[in-house]
Parts: sequence; structure tokens; C-alpha cells
Amino acid sequence: MSDIKVDAVLDITNEVCPMTFVKTKLKLETLETGQHLEVILNDGEPLRNVPRSLKEEGHRIVGTKKDGTKFHLIVEKGM
Amino acid sequence: MLDHNIEDEKYKVEVTVPVIGKSAGVLSFNDLKTGGYIKQRQKDKFTVRCMVPGGRLPIKKLKKIVEVAEKYGADYVHLSIRQSLEIPYVDYHNFDKVVAELSEVDQKVASCGPRVRVPTACSGCEYNPNGLSDTQGLTKVVNDKFFGAECNHKFKTSFSGCPIDCARTSEMDLAFQGAVFPEWEEEKCTGCRICASACQEDAIHDHPETGEPIFFPDKCLYCADCIRACPTEAWVSGKTGHIVRIGGKHGRHPFKGSVVAKFVSDEDVPVIIEKTVEWYNKHGVGKGRIRIGTLLREEGMMQSYMEHMKDVFKDKAVKDPKPPLEINIQE
Ligand code: SF4
Ligand code: SF4
Ligand code: SF4
Repeated sequence: MSDIKVDAVLDITNEVCPMTFVKTKLKLETLETGQHLEVILNDGEPLRNVPRSLKEEGHRIVGTKKDGTKFHLIVEKGM
Repeated sequence: MLDHNIEDEKYKVEVTVPVIGKSAGVLSFNDLKTGGYIKQRQKDKFTVRCMVPGGRLPIKKLKKIVEVAEKYGADYVHLSIRQSLEIPYVDYHNFDKVVAELSEVDQKVASCGPRVRVPTACSGCEYNPNGLSDTQGLTKVVNDKFFGAECNHKFKTSFSGCPIDCARTSEMDLAFQGAVFPEWEEEKCTGCRICASACQEDAIHDHPETGEPIFFPDKCLYCADCIRACPTEAWVSGKTGHIVRIGGKHGRHPFKGSVVAKFVSDEDVPVIIEKTVEWYNKHGVGKGRIRIGTLLREEGMMQSYMEHMKDVFKDKAVKDPKPPLEINIQE
């Protein structure tokens, strides 16, 4: 995932659902289509909800990295 | 005064609307209750139970119910535990007006008693993020086809959209829960380990080196979390359908229903209900008001039921299912 240029980073490890996704969505709104956001989230509920919601809203997860009990997702903003 | 006294057969009133299974005339409180008009403690007052299949109530009907309740009822309505909307304090002299006004929007009165009840359901797959089945669509089909069908005792059905089972399919006489069997496509997988973390049932382990999933189907609950979480669509839906549970009930001595078939289709659902009610009515004869779960707990009955259902369940039948299990809630 190192070869993708990240335009912004968002740590949602201190948030709970549904704020995890709300924060991610608000952050994505500040980016242009095709730009990349790195989202840092916990496994468990956030991991079950955030990737699915991103996909449903037309964004792409183009990179992932597991980091202990956290995950890093590289999200490419959709239309 | 105790409730069962006022439901006694010996109390009768004259009503001017036909009640399910009876035409207008002098009807007992029991007949009226069966038809969805439930005698209250208060003299001449009844609660009218409006059917709301699956808990979904078009606004047009809701407005009419409000109007009718304001005119003929009290200053509230009551949401029943099984998703019906009840209008308390209706004087039985007004039944004909209540029924006529409700029927302007095709709002029907629900039934009680020994028959197939209005199905309950969660919101299902339409907008619910967990939903895997069209619970609302099936509720409608089943209610239209089976509402009021007579049985030995009450026969409750429900539809849950996923294994979280909000519609409590394990506590119904016969009920259906949405399920998806996940299938993994190796070439799309990047080994990111998300699915292994997303699965709450320990049914997916991540390979220590590659990160690729190792799937343990015996532990899988068919919830599709892995399919939704996978960033590259490497997990896809395999077979989909409903888990079928039978013989559950609540009450003083609840039973946990048994899984008798897996991944039956939407089209199978009405056939399963029809065949099950057929078996129930045949084997319950002479046993009074017996729930299907009680019947299934009798020696050899589970086998008899599975034999009766084999042409419907086919390869979706569960092998040697256990009878419904009694649950003690009194201690
Ligand atoms: S059973 Fe599943 S689909 Fe239905 S409401 Fe509950 S979580 Fe949602
Ligand atoms: S369907 Fe649910 S239980 Fe089965 S492997 Fe996927 S996440 Fe786990
Ligand atoms: S989530 Fe998808 S891509 Fe990631 S390891 Fe699982 S199957 Fe592979």
C-alpha cells in the first residue's frame, strides 16, 4: 500500500459506530474524486461497518494493512 | 375480575359485522376475540386489533386508524407485541362503523385464536444493512395466502432478515431467517486479513503467511459480514435463502424451535407453510389445543414431520433434526 499517495489521514479508533462512518464520510467530502484517504480503525464493529458502507457509497478500498488490532484502509473517493 | 372470566363463552353480545368464521349476529366473547375484537374489563368495550403484517403500516392506513380511534376509541392506540395496532375502548355498538371506515383504506381487523396469525417481520433487506432476505415481501405473500387458516391452536410465523434474528424465528411455530453461504474466489484476494477480523464466529482464520482466509463452514452462521467487509469482492454470495425453524413458542413454558431446513427459496416458503399446517392438523386431531412444538416433542413425531416434508425440503432438509427444546424461564 506504500505506492499510493495519501491525500489525508483520519484516525477513527476513538469513535464508535455510527460516528466512525460519519467522520469518514465528512472527511471524504473534503477530497476530490480519485483522491485517497487513509482511515485508521479498530477491528470488530468498525471493521464490519466502515468498509461495507464505503463500498455501498461508491468508494473503493485500494489498499489495506493490518497493524495489531487496528487496520489501515486506503480509500479512493468515488463520484 | 380476572381476564379469563370475561372471555367466557357464556357472555354474548349482538354485533352487526361479520367476524372471521362467523356472520353477524349474537356472538360470544370468544368468537369475537377470535375475530380480533377483544373484550375489555370495561362494560361494552372492546379492543379492535388492526392487522399490520410485518409491522409495516402505510401512512394512508395509519391516518385512517387515527381518525377511527379518535372517533370511537380512547385517546391512545396500543402497539401489540406482535406488531398489530390496537384500538382500545371501542363500544361494540360501533363495530359496523369502525369496520366500514377502516375498510375505506383496506385496513383489516386481525385474528386471534386457533389459526395462522399475521406474520411478524423485521424490515429486511430493503434498507436494513444486515438484511439478507425480503422479509416484507414474503410477509405479504404469506399473509394474503394464509391469514385466518384454521389450525389446532395458534400458529405464529415470522421472518428475520439475517442471523441476528430480530423477529425471533426460534420462538415461532414456523419461521424463516435469511441466510447467505459465502464463497471465496482466490484470484481476487489480496490477503488483507479483513474478513478474518470481520467474522464474529471464528469461521475464518487468516493464513499466517499469506493472510488469505481459511474457512470453517461448520462454524458459519451465513451472515455475510465477510462478503460485505472484503474490499476486493473476493467473498461472494453462494447459495442464498432461508433457515427454517419449527416448533418454537413463548408463554410460561417456552420452546426453542428446531432448524429443519437450510437455504430454502422464497418460492418454497408458502409451500412449506401449507404442508406444515397440513401435517399439524392431521396429527393434532383429538389432542385438543396443542401447539406444533408440543406435538413434535412426542415420540417419533419429528421423523414423521420430516418424512411428510421430504418432497418440499429435498436436499435442503437438515439430517435428523432434534425436537424443539423446552426452556425454563421460571428460575
Ligand atoms: S434480523 Fe437482521 S436484517 Fe432483520 S432487523 Fe435484525 S439485524 Fe436487521
Ligand atoms: S458468513 Fe458470517 S459467520 Fe460465515 S464466515 Fe462470513 S462472516 Fe463468518
Ligand atoms: S477480506 Fe477479501 S481480500 Fe481480504 S483476505 Fe479476506 S477475502 Fe482476501
